[in-house]
Amino acid sequence: MKSNMSKILTTAAIAATVSATAGAATLDDVKSKGFIQCGVSQGVPGFSNADEAGNWSGIDVDACRAAAAAVFGDAQAVKFTPLSAKERFTALQSGEIDMLSRNTTWTYTRDTALGLDFTAVNFYDGQGFMVRNDLGVTSAMELDGATVCTEQGTTTELNMADFFRKHGLSYVPVIVQKADEALAAYASGRCDVFTTDKSGLAAHRSKLADPSAHVILPETISKEPLGPVVRHGDNQWKDIVTWAMFVQVNAEEMGISSKNVAKIKAESKDPAIRRLLGAEGNMGESLGLGADWAYDIIAEVGNYGEVFENNVGPNTPVGLPRGINNLWTEGGVMYAPPVR
Amino acid sequence: MSENTNTNTSFLNDAGNRALIFQAVLLAVVVFVGYYLFSNLQANLETRGISTGFSFLNEPAGFPVLIHLIEYTEADTYGRAFAVALINTFVISLLGIILATVIGVIMGLARLSNNWLVARLATVYIETLRNIPLLLQMFFWYFAVLAAMPHPRNSIVFGDFFINKRGIYSPNPQFQDGSGFVLAAFLLSIVGAFFIVRWAKARQKATGNWFPAYWASFGTIIGVTLLAFVVTGFPVEFDLPSKSRFNVTGGMVLVPEFVAVLIALSTYTGSFIAEIVRAGILSVNWGQTEASRSLGLPDGKTQRLIVLPQALRVIIPPLTSQYLNLAKNSSLGAAIAYPELVAVVMGTTLNQTGQAIETIGLCMLVYGSLSLSISLFMNWYNKRMSLVER
Amino acid sequence: MAIEFKPSPSLPPPSDSVGPVAWVRANFFSSPLNIALTLFSVYVLYLMIPPVLQWGFLDATWEGSSKAACTAGGACWAFIGAYFEQFMYGLYPETEYWRINLALILLIVLVGMFAIKAVNKLFLSIAIIVVYPIVAFILFSGGMFGLETVETSNWGGLFLTTLLGVVGIVASFPLGVLLALGRRSNMPIVKSVCVVFIETIRAVPLITILFMASVMIPLFLPEGLNFNKLLRVLIGITLFSAAYMAEVIRGGLQAIPKGQYEAADAMGLTYWQSMCLVILPQALKLVIPGIVNTFIGLFKDTTLVYIVGMFDLLGRIQAANHDANWLGTTIEGYAFAGFVYWIICFGMSRYSMAVERKLDTGHKRK
Repeated sequence: MKSNMSKILTTAAIAATVSATAGAATLDDVKSKGFIQCGVSQGVPGFSNADEAGNWSGIDVDACRAAAAAVFGDAQAVKFTPLSAKERFTALQSGEIDMLSRNTTWTYTRDTALGLDFTAVNFYDGQGFMVRNDLGVTSAMELDGATVCTEQGTTTELNMADFFRKHGLSYVPVIVQKADEALAAYASGRCDVFTTDKSGLAAHRSKLADPSAHVILPETISKEPLGPVVRHGDNQWKDIVTWAMFVQVNAEEMGISSKNVAKIKAESKDPAIRRLLGAEGNMGESLGLGADWAYDIIAEVGNYGEVFENNVGPNTPVGLPRGINNLWTEGGVMYAPPVR
Repeated sequence: MSENTNTNTSFLNDAGNRALIFQAVLLAVVVFVGYYLFSNLQANLETRGISTGFSFLNEPAGFPVLIHLIEYTEADTYGRAFAVALINTFVISLLGIILATVIGVIMGLARLSNNWLVARLATVYIETLRNIPLLLQMFFWYFAVLAAMPHPRNSIVFGDFFINKRGIYSPNPQFQDGSGFVLAAFLLSIVGAFFIVRWAKARQKATGNWFPAYWASFGTIIGVTLLAFVVTGFPVEFDLPSKSRFNVTGGMVLVPEFVAVLIALSTYTGSFIAEIVRAGILSVNWGQTEASRSLGLPDGKTQRLIVLPQALRVIIPPLTSQYLNLAKNSSLGAAIAYPELVAVVMGTTLNQTGQAIETIGLCMLVYGSLSLSISLFMNWYNKRMSLVER
Repeated sequence: MAIEFKPSPSLPPPSDSVGPVAWVRANFFSSPLNIALTLFSVYVLYLMIPPVLQWGFLDATWEGSSKAACTAGGACWAFIGAYFEQFMYGLYPETEYWRINLALILLIVLVGMFAIKAVNKLFLSIAIIVVYPIVAFILFSGGMFGLETVETSNWGGLFLTTLLGVVGIVASFPLGVLLALGRRSNMPIVKSVCVVFIETIRAVPLITILFMASVMIPLFLPEGLNFNKLLRVLIGITLFSAAYMAEVIRGGLQAIPKGQYEAADAMGLTYWQSMCLVILPQALKLVIPGIVNTFIGLFKDTTLVYIVGMFDLLGRIQAANHDANWLGTTIEGYAFAGFVYWIICFGMSRYSMAVERKLDTGHKRK
């Protein structure tokens, strides 16, 4: 026991990283490290996924990249920690990561009771069901008696149970430790239905042998606003992560993208755009950042529309329609406060 | 260490005193570390707003469980879900232990067989399974079982039995009035069988005449129970499984998760038990076998009456630890959706309530008690079997 | 004229009791039951071997860049080829593989030096238990001496499996010795602390310990201090295997005759002197096979870290199974993992048997 303690203490001395405590400046911590430690999922195509060479991509990954672009002017200054659904909050609370961007649903309990703060929503989602085409099911109401596969450790389990109870349908639950195994069980015919957030369904469908043989049912049985999370009490850091997202939405509204941002910065006469891109004044100062913070985000990561198209849009294997994630001007719900 | 009674030594050089001081220091360190960890825990729970205590066990769980041998719905409490998981762990452990023992004994004897081919096959089985991680075997069996079975639409049908990817469906007996009488008859016949065996043993000791007590008692149990069935007019109705839109409904079902966990646990542990059985039999002196043969006992009886009872003394202690391993390894069922303790309590419940300390503590307590009861039972059995030295 | 007596040469034994024919008869067809068993075994072999050969070798595809290349209908070993480096090194950067290889070679050389008579075993043990881990740690994580830093979340594959197994055993060894001595101590408090620790750990599954490591350790640490996850898991594995190690070593201590203890006391040696100079060297020699067996068990158990979200060999294979280019290669993945684990564990168990035979002083009944 004694030797044990001394071992723990010495290893702590070697390997412990003194993280920012609540209320302390994560920004200073990040700047001194030179990178952002970003918690992501262990592989959801289009949201956070590593290829064979270990390069990460996805919407959730880009949220961290945008924050890195704002802080360092370098979207690559991010290191990723893949986390399971179970350990994500512990990792953030204990300071193992600086921000959590892991298709995490913004709920009352999580925002108030866990010592966490949700920043902005980067994807509006809802839980749905995926079934095989050949079952001829067109609505979730017809699922009486079906076997349902899902992953353990998310809000999905409860939503599923609530939905079936509400409508008085019987079902057989198969709850697997990890999403990938749950999908494998569904693919092998163990289940009729696979359920998770609709974005996840599309992502998982792209992993199946013949994606076109599976259909996502129209019903959305829950509200799942997904977005990056930071520790409670560090307002400056929360502002940076929040506004990195808002800048991308505003840029899309103004028609600024990574392709034309340099040209617009040089030529635009619009004071709002000039302020945003740091051609006039210094908007970044109040965040503790440089004048180019927003310019760097757009130039290196792109506007929200680009992020969506590159990762989950119709031309990617995930193939999600823009739907309610369209700008408010286009009939969606993506709406960001103005940069003034 | 003997007490040093030499009075010339200084206080610190006295072994007894040093032991006292050392222990006091150790105790202080243990208490301090415990207190330090506990105070950190308090502070952390406070800052994260996590409540403590077991009150959550009375809250509605809201999540479904695939296999429940007692009534359970989503509206039940976390405590109820815990009980369901506990029963699942218990059932898989018990069945696994029985199956693993059977497999282990057969394979252990096969490895000692004087048929060269049989012995080699058993060796290959043992050496292969022992050296591959159990978790890997679980995954293998799960996906192999799933892959081998037909889709519900093309279920294999034997009368009222259906076999498909969703499990094995069989008629579910629904006991009507009068079935209590049958149950009583069944229990009584077991007691009767016990007495038959005792009587046969006593008679053999007294007269030397051998009586096939085991066959007789087996026959008694079957016969009496069947007779009771006939007398009461078969008070059983069957709930038959039938095809529905997605699958087969009704009846009893044995799900593939259960089957896969059971196969994986019993074959894996069986390979270890086989080695234990082999070592146990080899430990019995060859002279015993020769003596038995010279008395004219046939081979089967030689094994059963002479060799095995003596081998058991060597077999039981390591067998106990294999049983313990099996009970603990049942926790790996969580990886392939078998709803046992780790999956239900340390998985879903922990996730929804955030009560890490309570849920993990509860699990450890259960496994601790399970291990303890297996140990106690096996030690009692070991005492019964141990050599009475005269 | 003495007649010399010459016995005529003995006749050869009947041809049906020696030679291959007799061997076959005794082994396969000595009784009806034996014949039945033989036929049954042959049938089992017939059921198993041809399909496996057909699938694994004859119809297998060895080259290719996606599942589409596997058209022969057999195993798709190309999948293993494509992911081989990831299975071995996880997501470790390719340019840095030499660091892992170097550490492995160093370990093999150090352990191999035990076989050389001239080397001082004590210094060698210290080198392995104290110096080597520090060197290996610097090599693996970098950040000093101009080595690029590699995050532990990128460590994986067989490298991580081996790391967990080796660190678990090496770190738990001293702890196990102390616990074993403590359990045999006649100081009641020391004894009870050790007994409680050992029996608690041995009564619960490793998975609960790993859950504790990944979920509970952060709760027990003061605000602002945290270990990275790999370290937490290593602490969990070390404590777990220390309990088993302690029991193995205790077995060795009990096997030492009482006379040795008494003789050491009679020499006027202190407790620690008598332990370190007389008892432990003899006891540890006895338990080498036990330690190797503990290591084999632990090596197999490291697969459980997959459940708490680390990517050891099994985890990497599971992840690769979900690559859209390689769908439907689950069985190949499991077969490969099984093969790798089997080679390593089987090799070690043979080694421990050999050691057992070597150390056998001849008082075991054969």
